[in-house]
Amino acid sequence: MLSSWRAQLLITRIALYIASALIVVWSVAPFLWQVSTSFQEDRLLSSPTPNFLPWPGTLDHFYNIFVEKQFHLYIVNSAIVAGLTTLFCLTIGGGAAFALARLRVYYHFGILALILSVSMFPQIAIVAPLYLAASSLGLMNTYTILVIIYLSLGLPLVIWVLFGYFQTIPREIDEAAIIDGAGPLRLLVSVILPMSLPGFVTTGLLAFIMAWNEFMFALAFTSGVERQTIPVGIANFTNLYYVPWGDLAAASVVVTLPLVLLVLAFQRWIIQGLTQGAVKE
Amino acid sequence: MTTLPSVGLVAGSRRSKRLTQRSRAERWAPLLFLLPAALTLLTVSVYPVIDGLRLSLRNTMLSTQEDAFVGLSNYVRLTADPDFWSAWRHTMLFTAASTLLETVLGMAMAIVLYETFKGRGWVRAAMLVPWAIPTVVTSKMFGWLFDGQHGVVNWLLMQTGLIDGYVNWYGDSQTALLTIIIADVWKTTPFMALLLLAGLQTVPHSLVEAARIDGAGPWQCFWSIRLPLLFTTLLIAGMFRALDAFRIFDLVYVLTGGGPADSTEVLSTLSYKVLFSGLDFGYGSALSAAMFITEALIALGFGLFIVRRMRRDNG
Repeated sequence: MLSSWRAQLLITRIALYIASALIVVWSVAPFLWQVSTSFQEDRLLSSPTPNFLPWPGTLDHFYNIFVEKQFHLYIVNSAIVAGLTTLFCLTIGGGAAFALARLRVYYHFGILALILSVSMFPQIAIVAPLYLAASSLGLMNTYTILVIIYLSLGLPLVIWVLFGYFQTIPREIDEAAIIDGAGPLRLLVSVILPMSLPGFVTTGLLAFIMAWNEFMFALAFTSGVERQTIPVGIANFTNLYYVPWGDLAAASVVVTLPLVLLVLAFQRWIIQGLTQGAVKE
Repeated sequence: MTTLPSVGLVAGSRRSKRLTQRSRAERWAPLLFLLPAALTLLTVSVYPVIDGLRLSLRNTMLSTQEDAFVGLSNYVRLTADPDFWSAWRHTMLFTAASTLLETVLGMAMAIVLYETFKGRGWVRAAMLVPWAIPTVVTSKMFGWLFDGQHGVVNWLLMQTGLIDGYVNWYGDSQTALLTIIIADVWKTTPFMALLLLAGLQTVPHSLVEAARIDGAGPWQCFWSIRLPLLFTTLLIAGMFRALDAFRIFDLVYVLTGGGPADSTEVLSTLSYKVLFSGLDFGYGSALSAAMFITEALIALGFGLFIVRRMRRDNG
């Protein structure tokens, strides 16, 4: 009786490990294949049997993207746009989330729901009017227009996640600070902000990833390597007669590796930040 | 609350004047904090939607400088446009298939991760990788994986005997939409799983324990306790997923460009082409307005269902 129960437990354990191994393979294998591809010569890439390990390795693809395709220029553009977006998202979104969570605002759940519904708009619906507005204001092909658009795309998420963080800080702390004579701004900057630093780091990372990865607006509003961001650069990576899979893989690795490392480093906080909306139910 | 008046009494008149100043500041502070975000969202997200509706009633062409009010004629043209209806069908099919697959697979992954075992943290971390990768990179990555000649997927399927000839996945109108669904499921399922896992963890452990003592097996525990309690979370997650899937642009634009033979054209890519290749801003705006309406209907459908469900749960 006992041994059959033990056997059942063992089988469950083994099944669990197999299932989680499958999940890891599913999640990581395509990217690892991309890494391996980026170090393989074109000759190996077009052989009938794929080579799983990049041996003999080559750095040709990395040379191609940086020297021939000037990939670093796209990286600079993306870094400027995503960095500025993150900065503005955190200051503007942080203020709004603070007001909604801590100050006396009527209908604050209604306002939150409205903000969330704005983020569900089909983005293609705002491209045309924004295009006309940007043309008449002379903002086409500038960092400014991308930062403004990404700010409004990122704000709903930033406000939601920071609102959740602020709610976890006990209210007694506010009351103590107010009695000590702190106004709302002091309360935010010297009390709430230091206490929710992990929240700001996570939210900043989410905003950064959003801006780093955005494609459609960057495609519509920029032209030429001096303003285009990484996704547009990668999308346009095609040679006339064949698809340069090796170069594409190299570019993918270069732009994704920093994100993957950041995400792995902050994974606990990110999961907490992203899922708290679902837990609130 | 109760401390403030007593402080005022002790401090005398000068202190109380400062207090009224402060309360005035307190009244305006929330507005000042909310203003920048509200202005941004109103000018960059809300106003363009309304302006888009105005444009959809005009025949604005960027190529010919035409720009006049034409009433509902763009919408009349829309109802008779086979390209629009075919893109509408592809979008709905993609939305339904990807949402369903991602919810079911995500649930399965969440159940695995709900158990405690060594290395669970690593599995959860690995699951964030597909979510963090830019969609454009995902498209190119799947372009390479599913390549008709040298793709590793074809090779693997041949080796295991599942296919007996190479499939030209996204180069064939029969399988192109399927390839896009697979790529989307790869990218989004792990994230869905993490959301559902967070939901699962809120189900009180005592309930499951009680059922177990009454002799319920793990399956029974899942079907009759966890799933019903998780159902609302599942619906909400499904709704957000469906609304997001409906807007799909990047994957299609980069992987197939809507082809071959328009077999993967979706509403976002069609609108984009009408806007920026045809420069037909009037008709393009009518197209995106139609998208907006469909999206609102999807949200409404889910919303009604969720509210009904919540009412039943609470009363």
